[in-house]
Amino acid sequence: MRAETEKEKEQEKEQEQEKDTVTVHGGTPAPPDPAPVVEAPDSAATAGADRPHRRRAAVVVAVVALLTAAPLVLSPYPVSAMTRMLAFAVLVIGVDLLTGVTGLPSLGQAAYFGVGAYTAVLVGVHITPDAMVQALAGLVMGLVAAAVTGWVAVRARGIVFLMLTLAIGESVHQVADTWSAVGGSNGLAGMPPVTLFGGPALLAAGFVYWWVLVVAALVFAAVALVVRSPYGRTLRGIRDNEARMRALGYRPALARYGVFCLAGAVAGVGGALWAQQARFFSPGDMGFEVAALALLSVVIGGAGSLWGPCLGAALVLFVRDNLSASIGGHGPLVLGAVFVAVVFLMPRGLAGLTGGRLRELAGARRRKENSS
Amino acid sequence: MATHLVSVLNGLAMGSLLFAIALGLSLVFGMMDVLNLAHGAVYLVGAYVAVALVTDGAGVAAFVLAVLAAAVAGALLGGLLAALTRATTHHLDQALLTLGVGLVVAEVLTLAFGTDVHSISAPAPVGGGVTVLGETYPVYRLLVIGFGVVLAVAVYVLVERSPLGSVIRATVADRAMVAALGVNTGRVLVGVFAAGAALAAVGGVLAGPILGAQPGLDEKVLLLALVVVVIGGLGSVRGALLGAVVIGQVQALGTALLPEYASFLVFAAMALVLLVRPAGLLPARTGVHA
Repeated sequence: MRAETEKEKEQEKEQEQEKDTVTVHGGTPAPPDPAPVVEAPDSAATAGADRPHRRRAAVVVAVVALLTAAPLVLSPYPVSAMTRMLAFAVLVIGVDLLTGVTGLPSLGQAAYFGVGAYTAVLVGVHITPDAMVQALAGLVMGLVAAAVTGWVAVRARGIVFLMLTLAIGESVHQVADTWSAVGGSNGLAGMPPVTLFGGPALLAAGFVYWWVLVVAALVFAAVALVVRSPYGRTLRGIRDNEARMRALGYRPALARYGVFCLAGAVAGVGGALWAQQARFFSPGDMGFEVAALALLSVVIGGAGSLWGPCLGAALVLFVRDNLSASIGGHGPLVLGAVFVAVVFLMPRGLAGLTGGRLRELAGARRRKENSS
Repeated sequence: MATHLVSVLNGLAMGSLLFAIALGLSLVFGMMDVLNLAHGAVYLVGAYVAVALVTDGAGVAAFVLAVLAAAVAGALLGGLLAALTRATTHHLDQALLTLGVGLVVAEVLTLAFGTDVHSISAPAPVGGGVTVLGETYPVYRLLVIGFGVVLAVAVYVLVERSPLGSVIRATVADRAMVAALGVNTGRVLVGVFAAGAALAAVGGVLAGPILGAQPGLDEKVLLLALVVVVIGGLGSVRGALLGAVVIGQVQALGTALLPEYASFLVFAAMALVLLVRPAGLLPARTGVHA
């Protein structure tokens, strides 16, 4: 009996390793890998990964260099637009952690985004203009808000989870809309420009951009570490087969609650960054539309991949803020059509266009489950 | 006391409307696991149909016409949504599809009617008020309560006591088994989807004189309907009724007694119910989601 469970554990581990290697390959536009990874996961990971790894590193360096250099060549308007995209991308990373990694589609993360943003504005107005303190306060409050409300949602799965997070998100939104302490529907304004290390106020759009870029990169790296860690594997295990994880002695409910709190903290940081750029926050910035756009970004980018959703976030905000203005402010019309089109044309998102094998496997498994 | 009576009556009227709106959401969810995020937009279609057809001082005829037009528009939209969602199998994709359709519909309505807040007058013969225990109360709202009662009875008879109803209930419980028995579940699904959407649109017309019509109302109504469905129990008709009555009261009394926290109270009610009964107050008797 014991031997059997151990064997099963080993199989599970092997499967997880297989998944990890595929994820690594999926991160770069790797050439189609003819050797099936299933047979010898370890050797395939070390032998086949060398070249893609180097290419991947080159891509990362190039992207970081381009993002860093952007304010040197662009005028302030596009720089502040990119700052917003980065802050939004942080929110989207949190949504992806839930939706893609853990398999819990969420429409409520905008609530914690809003909590973080309001916290940052209040700290900025009343306590200190220090950007780091504000971001930390946003993180903590996002975490607390998610911990307080999340237990309602994490007991459910799948679409019911979506439903509950939507209800939570809309409730928090309406509280913000009516609560006079945070300015009601007018929002909170009058936030002074942020400072760093007690230095002068960061007035130029480029300096704020660099600050937001650094924080966004840190969040990205932290979440990437979590996803790779044993905890991340537990989360993916829960996504793929929760009953089995429970049988193996994991505690799925606790792990789900943990990841919900973590995603709330990430969303809180995103909100704080958003508020530091805009120096203003109103309930309109945390409504249903924002939550829907964050989920759309994840789906466009490819749930489960981290870079895909970030790209999706930039794309979605670009459509909403720029394209929308050029077609008479009817962005939602375009975005609605994008939702429908993405489902039919790009079911695996941008990330699926490069390395879709894992998702194909997952999709096949899901279909099997549905039909059984 | 009398002012509280007015709140209770308001709550009952709101509950009647919420029942009409949430019913379709709950049944569609119970049957095909589709969360119809366009449900609020369908409601808004009904509300704007009322804006277009019911002018100030319009008679009962115009109002009935609006109800019929909204029902047709809602049924068509529901049929479209059913066809779209049946084209994919993944639940998240289905939710995103309805979300996209909802965004497009709401934006088209904004294009057609502008961003102004429209108010809709009750039809002239019932536009006045009656005295209830010393307080004047609009006749129209009493009629809405009556509509809710009639609807509840009609739906009860249809779903619990008719052959069609047994097919619907069986499809909620186990769709594959019903299909194996030779019933065309696809037709049942599309029918229920269309009927539910039609009811939501009719709810939009009926709620017109109370809530008006404006952009953003779709989200608020969708939220309330969601909470009703969650509190009542997914896929359950009786649950939707109970949830609608509870949330109607919470809303009305909350707005009257604690206006600052009215929206928070709705969430608190939901959290409380989920804490005590995670499956809702009256879950469908044979749950699909074990």
